[in-house]
Amino acid sequence: MDVWISIILSVCAASTPLLLAATGELVVERSGVLNLGVEGMMIMGAVAGFATAQVTGNPYIGALVAIGAGALFSLLFAFLTLTLVANQVATGLALTILGIGLSGMIGEGFVGQPGIRMEGLNIPFLSDLPIVGQLFFGQDLIFYVSIALVFGVSWFLFKTRAGLTLRSVGDNHTSAHALGINVIKVRYLAVLFGGACAGLAGAHLSLVYVPQWVEGMTAGRGWIALALVVFASWRPGRVLIGAYLFGAVTIGQFHAQAIGIAIPAQFLTSLPYIATIVVLVLIARNRRMTMLNTPASLGQSFVPDR
Amino acid sequence: MKKTLFALAASAAVMLSAGAAQADGHAKTKACFIYIGPTGDFGWTYQHDEGRKAVEAKFGDKVETAYLENVPESAEAQRPIEAFARSGCNIIFTTSFNYMDPTNKAAAKYPDVKFEHATGYKREHPNVSTYSSKFYQGRYVQGQIAAKMSKTGVAGYIASFPIPEVVRGINSFILGAQSVNPDFKLKVVWVSTWFDPPKEADAAKALIDQGVDILTQHTDSTAAMQVAAERGIKAFGQASDMIKFGPKTQLTAIIDDWAPYYIERVKAVMDGTWKQQDVWHGMDHGSVAMAPYTNMPDDVAAMAKKTEESIRDGSFEPFTGPVMKQDGTVWLKDGEKADIGTMLGMNFYVKGVDDKLPQ
Repeated sequence: MDVWISIILSVCAASTPLLLAATGELVVERSGVLNLGVEGMMIMGAVAGFATAQVTGNPYIGALVAIGAGALFSLLFAFLTLTLVANQVATGLALTILGIGLSGMIGEGFVGQPGIRMEGLNIPFLSDLPIVGQLFFGQDLIFYVSIALVFGVSWFLFKTRAGLTLRSVGDNHTSAHALGINVIKVRYLAVLFGGACAGLAGAHLSLVYVPQWVEGMTAGRGWIALALVVFASWRPGRVLIGAYLFGAVTIGQFHAQAIGIAIPAQFLTSLPYIATIVVLVLIARNRRMTMLNTPASLGQSFVPDR
Repeated sequence: MKKTLFALAASAAVMLSAGAAQADGHAKTKACFIYIGPTGDFGWTYQHDEGRKAVEAKFGDKVETAYLENVPESAEAQRPIEAFARSGCNIIFTTSFNYMDPTNKAAAKYPDVKFEHATGYKREHPNVSTYSSKFYQGRYVQGQIAAKMSKTGVAGYIASFPIPEVVRGINSFILGAQSVNPDFKLKVVWVSTWFDPPKEADAAKALIDQGVDILTQHTDSTAAMQVAAERGIKAFGQASDMIKFGPKTQLTAIIDDWAPYYIERVKAVMDGTWKQQDVWHGMDHGSVAMAPYTNMPDDVAAMAKKTEESIRDGSFEPFTGPVMKQDGTVWLKDGEKADIGTMLGMNFYVKGVDDKLPQ
């Protein structure tokens, strides 16, 4: 039984950064903006969180700073694409390249330092319960935040007026503008939120997952988060499922290898990616569902006075 | 879509220009390095970069160095290598196995530039040398320690890609372990990457959950060491001394010391004495060193030191018979030593490895 709990905890750890970054990006894309800079914002969060935790000795302050760093970095993207109306795809890619380079520079002095781990919660009695204790009351705070965030975002998008406004901006920015909605402001806020989430995802990597800083430590997780948003056809609940499916396959294949199941290791390591592609193909076949959920203005620039 | 392509092209151009800097005349000797990971990985690439710094420190003004990090191990590697060749590099070190073909192709185009490819075996042109270190010698010592220290009798091995270099390490480790405990088992997990700290951590957790109590790795980050520390088991560092990441965890580490070789080869270029060669140095040349033996009883440390010493002075070689292959057939008869061809192309497991080698 302990092994299973340990496996589930590993899956949670593997899925949390993906879930956070993907949830943030989902809100951004729902507002009609395609920010391909998730990887860059995530790694900025990772380095900022780690550096702050090292200096202050407190991983929670580190996580807060990581959120700020991700948001600040996304502000650059927002300014370029929303105010200066630069191409979103190109700007997003540039943001990723910049983030990877800049984080390497900022973090240079922190390489090779063992980090401070954000320990799991320790609630008297509850955390010590058999089986459920570790899962529900003993994990790190960022894990619980990530779960709460999915439900929060789902509620926000589909149950609140502000959420409706955000979706309307993403679906048809011209109409939204005609209705008197400040399209640019809504998109700024959405992009900032996405940056904050990506920053926290980065903090999870450098403060919980592997408490250390090394250049390029996100290793493509930002791109997986981007794929997850499409995978989930822009629905928060499905992002949750997708992230955990991906995490479970990732962890599961290592166990399959360790047990010695005679499946080629190369195939097993590519399984999470194959699963993503298969689901993407299945979604693309269902045109109605795709049409229903894809923000119609996704990736299109908007100039208010046109 | 067009815009996406444009963006990709633009980003590629940015990356290239980083390598194509300074094409001015060179009274100085220019030594250039292609790295698979970031210099801050605190493992493989870090050690190569230490070698580069040693070259700078040794020759001062007479030398200029340049490097490119995170160069992918594919045909794509050819562009940065050639950009280096054009930018006036006199000698280019390509420091990962799969740079083998790109290095040889670039060598054909730039016959005046010297190329040094790490861990490979192709020397198709007179201006290509290959070099490597006998890391497996250190693995044997680790295997012995693991067998002494393990309570479950099972160690875990985080492996990157099934190339001879890695397979050799796995085999050497299990041979060392079996010399102490003939029933010792080794579980191997392939992560299909040299550098991905979270993934390496995942693999480490999976192995621990499957009952191993000693971890060793052939990947480049310190993540596995941290997981081992967190779970309270023992582990070996890889490529550099990782003791800081597991003060109570690291038993020892294999340290790659490239500095003597890089200094020697850059000097050869300066003196005009550079010739093609294929070197494979081990503990005897100091290119494979062991970190201090820590977190183990004195008798285990003494045993490890003795083995290390006998490998260094040449009185012992890990791949000495009797050795059985995984399928039970005899590979090396009693007292027989492995020939270098089989060693360099090793594509089979020896007995005791609890894994099927990916082909």
